[in-house]
Amino acid sequence: MAAKLILSMDGAVIKEYPLNKERMTIGRKPHNDIAIDNLAVSGEHAAIVTILHDSFLEDLDSTNGLEVNGTPTKKHFLQNNDVIGIGKYKLKYINDQITQSSPADFEKTMVLKAPVKQAAPAAAPAAPAAPAAAKPAGAPPGFSQTQPNVAKAAVEKQVEITGKLEAMQPAAQAAAGPVAVVQVLTGANAGKELELVKNLTTLGKPGVQVAVLTRRPHGYFITHVEGASHPTVNGTPLSDQPHQLNDHDVIELAGVKMEFYFKG
Amino acid sequence: MRFKPAGVNMRIDEALEIVSQTHSGMVRSHNEDSVASEPAYGLVVLADGMGGYNAGEVASGMAVSVVMSEISQRLQKECPTDRDKETGEELAVLLLRENIQKANASIFNAAQSQPQYAGMGTTIVSGLFYDNRVAVGHIGDSRMYRLRGETLETITRDHSLLQEQIDAGIISVEDARISRNKNLVTRAVGIDAEVEAEVHVHDVLVGDIYLLCSDGLNDMVEDGDIQATLCAFQSNLPLAASQLIELANDNGGRDNVSVILVKAKGKFAMPRGWLAKLFNCFRK
Repeated sequence: MAAKLILSMDGAVIKEYPLNKERMTIGRKPHNDIAIDNLAVSGEHAAIVTILHDSFLEDLDSTNGLEVNGTPTKKHFLQNNDVIGIGKYKLKYINDQITQSSPADFEKTMVLKAPVKQAAPAAAPAAPAAPAAAKPAGAPPGFSQTQPNVAKAAVEKQVEITGKLEAMQPAAQAAAGPVAVVQVLTGANAGKELELVKNLTTLGKPGVQVAVLTRRPHGYFITHVEGASHPTVNGTPLSDQPHQLNDHDVIELAGVKMEFYFKG
Repeated sequence: MRFKPAGVNMRIDEALEIVSQTHSGMVRSHNEDSVASEPAYGLVVLADGMGGYNAGEVASGMAVSVVMSEISQRLQKECPTDRDKETGEELAVLLLRENIQKANASIFNAAQSQPQYAGMGTTIVSGLFYDNRVAVGHIGDSRMYRLRGETLETITRDHSLLQEQIDAGIISVEDARISRNKNLVTRAVGIDAEVEAEVHVHDVLVGDIYLLCSDGLNDMVEDGDIQATLCAFQSNLPLAASQLIELANDNGGRDNVSVILVKAKGKFAMPRGWLAKLFNCFRK
């Protein structure tokens, strides 16, 4: 299921174009794959390079430029529902194959049968100026489709999407809750507060006694990492396993007491 | 005149701490990754299989056991620093290349002869530690990272479409994370009759931590979080390994996730000179 562009002006759809070629051009002249006969559009205005499931938009030094979702751009990695603006015309990019093809052929590792030697672009990285013009490593044709079984596994599509979002913002989920704080109760630093804003916070002295506080989606955990004596939580020594912290737990580490709590 | 290196030289199995863990993840019912290590020879191997039903497990299992057993057997008699008479190449490099090729042939033949295994294949990443160095051989998108000081570096380069696009400047590293063309490898073990493993040798410093992982880790966990985890847990490798796997699973765990951690606790230079070698022979 190829991605497509929907051309419209003032909200009225004019035409749909499937992105079924490796490179498609947009411009005023009739030889373009997507020809828009309007004086605000340059003869060759832009190109879209598609590599398997990814499409890249590129400005071909047009007079009036390109916008994607209202922002002027020279080059853009297109995402589903992006709106490309050329003068008064809009081109909406639709790549919803995730909801259309069968789950079985998604999210699996496949082998590309491209000749590796020729494809290895060791000399290429110096040319970011006109990258899309370079043949993209001869990639698309050699896809090994004869082997539908070459799959790491098939995954529900929705899982794929949410998984990806979470992977990009692992901190966001935990950050949504109240901020957790460790306050030192005894010793020279008594009274000091440490907000646990990172996913990992190391407590103690390397070589003597170290514990790590980890922030996970379902809460905060303390883990003994090194040292002969283990830290205690509310007087009970920690095992070797991570221990989930509750509001107002008192941690004692290397003779220093501190309190863990959520800031309201 | 040769000076004795500073610090005490250790036997390889004393100098290295090796920990491995594998988990099927949060979504998949079975685990197609395989991991193995042989501390006596400083050898670690990780493979991430692909193929329907249980063919993925079969492929990764075969790759790991072929490489493991063949190399261990050769090293009973030979030394990884021996040089090939014709090419001048060190045995360590040769062993990795030849035996990954051997694993490739075994898997390819099994896939050809048994219909249920048709099309199976695997990635592989393997490290052979010797003489204060590590020879790294890999095919596909399983990786080896190195933590040196506070710096985490990838020391393998994926054989994947995305990596080729990154190299060619077609896509940025940031955009690659949201690409729909993930999981497309350009080289794999067992798919064709012949395959060339990429083998490089790197110097090892005391304190280095090497991480071998399947893409179930690096697809789910940002390099920055891998670095922070290794730094925080470096004095406790088993915890570091389980922490990495938990991170991948907390982030969705869409794939099997496997890690092998190798920490260089001391130097492991090969004995030099004929007397030392002779002595070493008798020790075995």
